[in-house]
Amino acid sequence: MKRKMLSILLVAALATSALTGCGKKSEEPATDTPSTTEQDEPTNEEQGEEPTDTTEEPEEEADNQTAGGKIEVAALEGGYGKTIWEDVCKAFTEETGIEVELLTSKVLEDEIGPSMQAGDYPDVIHLATGREKGLTETFIKDKNIVDITDVLSMTVPGEDAVVSDKIAGGFTETSLTNPYGDGKTYLAPMFYSPCGLFYNAGLMEEKGWEVPTTWDEMWELGDKAKAEGISLFTYPTTGYFDAFFYALMYSAGGPEFFDKATKYEEGIWDSEEAKTCFDIVAKLATYTEPSTPAQANDQDFTKNQQLVLDNKALFMPNGTWIVGEMANAPREDGFKWGMTALPAVKEGGDGYSYTWFEQAWIPGGAENPDGAKQFIAFLYSDKACEIFASAVDADGNPVPAVQPVIGIADMLEGDNKMFYSIYDDGAKAAMGNFAAYDSVVGVTNREVWFDPVNSLVSGDKTQEDWVNGIKEMNDQMRENLVQ
Amino acid sequence: MKKRSGRSAFVFLCAAPAVILFIIFMIIPTINVFRMSLFRRSAYSPTEQFIGLDNFTTLMNDAKFIRSMQNTILLIVVVTIVTFAFALVFAAILTREKIKGQNFFRIIFYIPNILSVVVISAIFSAIYDTNHGTLNSLLSLFSGKTVTILWKGESMVMTSLIIAMVWQAIGYYMVMYMASMASVPQSLYESAGLDGAGKITQFFQVTLPLIWTNIRTTLTFFIISTINMAFLFVKAMTSGGPNGASEVALSYMYKQAYTNSSYGYGMAIGALVFLFSFGLSALVNVVTKREPLEF
Repeated sequence: MKRKMLSILLVAALATSALTGCGKKSEEPATDTPSTTEQDEPTNEEQGEEPTDTTEEPEEEADNQTAGGKIEVAALEGGYGKTIWEDVCKAFTEETGIEVELLTSKVLEDEIGPSMQAGDYPDVIHLATGREKGLTETFIKDKNIVDITDVLSMTVPGEDAVVSDKIAGGFTETSLTNPYGDGKTYLAPMFYSPCGLFYNAGLMEEKGWEVPTTWDEMWELGDKAKAEGISLFTYPTTGYFDAFFYALMYSAGGPEFFDKATKYEEGIWDSEEAKTCFDIVAKLATYTEPSTPAQANDQDFTKNQQLVLDNKALFMPNGTWIVGEMANAPREDGFKWGMTALPAVKEGGDGYSYTWFEQAWIPGGAENPDGAKQFIAFLYSDKACEIFASAVDADGNPVPAVQPVIGIADMLEGDNKMFYSIYDDGAKAAMGNFAAYDSVVGVTNREVWFDPVNSLVSGDKTQEDWVNGIKEMNDQMRENLVQ
Repeated sequence: MKKRSGRSAFVFLCAAPAVILFIIFMIIPTINVFRMSLFRRSAYSPTEQFIGLDNFTTLMNDAKFIRSMQNTILLIVVVTIVTFAFALVFAAILTREKIKGQNFFRIIFYIPNILSVVVISAIFSAIYDTNHGTLNSLLSLFSGKTVTILWKGESMVMTSLIIAMVWQAIGYYMVMYMASMASVPQSLYESAGLDGAGKITQFFQVTLPLIWTNIRTTLTFFIISTINMAFLFVKAMTSGGPNGASEVALSYMYKQAYTNSSYGYGMAIGALVFLFSFGLSALVNVVTKREPLEF
């Protein structure tokens, strides 16, 4: 009898577990169906209009619940922490009455990815391109992002100014915000950071070395440093070469060359300008700290950054976040952060510093794109900019998230004031990136352009192999450009 | 008669939950992987385009895929052989010999298996560090000059992965072999000893044949777990670098499916890996088939 009872109990337990499985399963399609129909539409040609049509219903529903509706915001919890997002969302709700359901995460792709695969999209996503998982890139390639050109002419909630009057010049004209080159803006520029070469200013002073303004001076300095057992260069991972290479392309051939190269024009990599870029990177590889490629992975990249703090390498390409990222790392006495733009290719030429910025965007499947647009407009309000600029990291060190609005530098102090004034000191701003192409299987820009630098440094590949690889892939990418 | 049909209904009811779960969570997704491998699609977009076997023909000409497959096979072969040898010898010593601190060694060998791969990768990151790493420091100490081997550099990275994976796996297989060795009756060793068989002969003539069924099972485990663990190790230790030198099949699949927005292509890799591991396991199973010995 006892045994029978036990087996019945076991069966019951199994059955319930099966039913819970079924329950979840049967719930899913219900939420699935409406959103899949919505998803289909933004991928048609007219992106901007249709999502608004389809989302009238849910909006009305939401209106019944609260005065201003509700939006879901998903933001990457980067080095700036999550408090800024909580505060901005609160301020937004106070201003507009629209409720915000906020999700912040350090691994945002993993948190929102699965539910988006099941058809449940946030209304606003703050996640930059260039991340390993390439989620934003996937949406760009799929043309699955809502056109937000109209946001630029919207009034900032709580202010009289129009959004486009607030955003600093050039930010909404890059291929990062207008990926299809059709004059429409799809991604809103967020937190920007000038990128350049970071170094130990204290060491340079101590040795009496000048910060090089041309590459020739750079090589001279490299030889001097070598004599003292210091390498000229290191890099955290090859991913950091994008900002470096973009700025290099600008200084070698100006915006015109950059534009052609990033659109994969035929024969562009045979040009004189391209050769200059390749030569510089290949020569730099010979000046690179030898252990760099072995540490140039997501786990050990801070060891490469540490090389600069330990005076084992002079320069590394990086962004302003490095100060916060390495705040607790041990360092040589007298260490002081310095940052310079990329040296000019020729005497009297322009030095360039790449402007790296993040993006916020509305996925095609968003249920409340109107509320989402208001939220994006609000991100450029004085109030939001102030909250973002007041960001602190876990240890309380200021790590301002700097919105690309006019007059922002006045809000900054210390190291950051120095970093953000790089453009006032004569460096030119480089913006943009490689044009989006419909995914080509087996090939990513990083793997073709930048990963081989590891092999250049270790000597497993020659400059010729690298350049040939690029030329080969260039044609494929051009043929698949997203139109 | 009535009783029997009641009984089969009961059996059916008992089996049904498991079968249903198995179909929903195993069979359907697997079929889906194969279906999606015939499409050109990205991970988050509902649009897809049927392209037949194009993904597979591209794969055959994709040098990076071939390299990642070579790396996978290298890992399966080397990790299996080395782990297998060490685990067997350690198990034999710990069960057959009376040595001091037996339990201590058992625990020491098993500990790596409890650690998560992320912890292991952090440990090996410290061991393999070029400038301050344990390994290079030790080598410097013995050789008398500064050794700066790039353990995670392009030429050494696979070796470094193999060492870490073997270190992690030995304990698990050792415990499995110890369990079956313990059940081999003592009398067999005694009679073998009387016949003049030494320790080594006993190991090959008595122990190995008698735990053969167990060895066969673990060989299948080796194949499956090496394929899976390789992904975790690569992900945590090297991100496939430098310049793709440590890419394995599954990490390449992940990169294609997510980073490169080629979900269909990633699924094609998944389908191939599925067939590969299935085929290899079957092959190993057939090759190692012996009449089971009983004791």
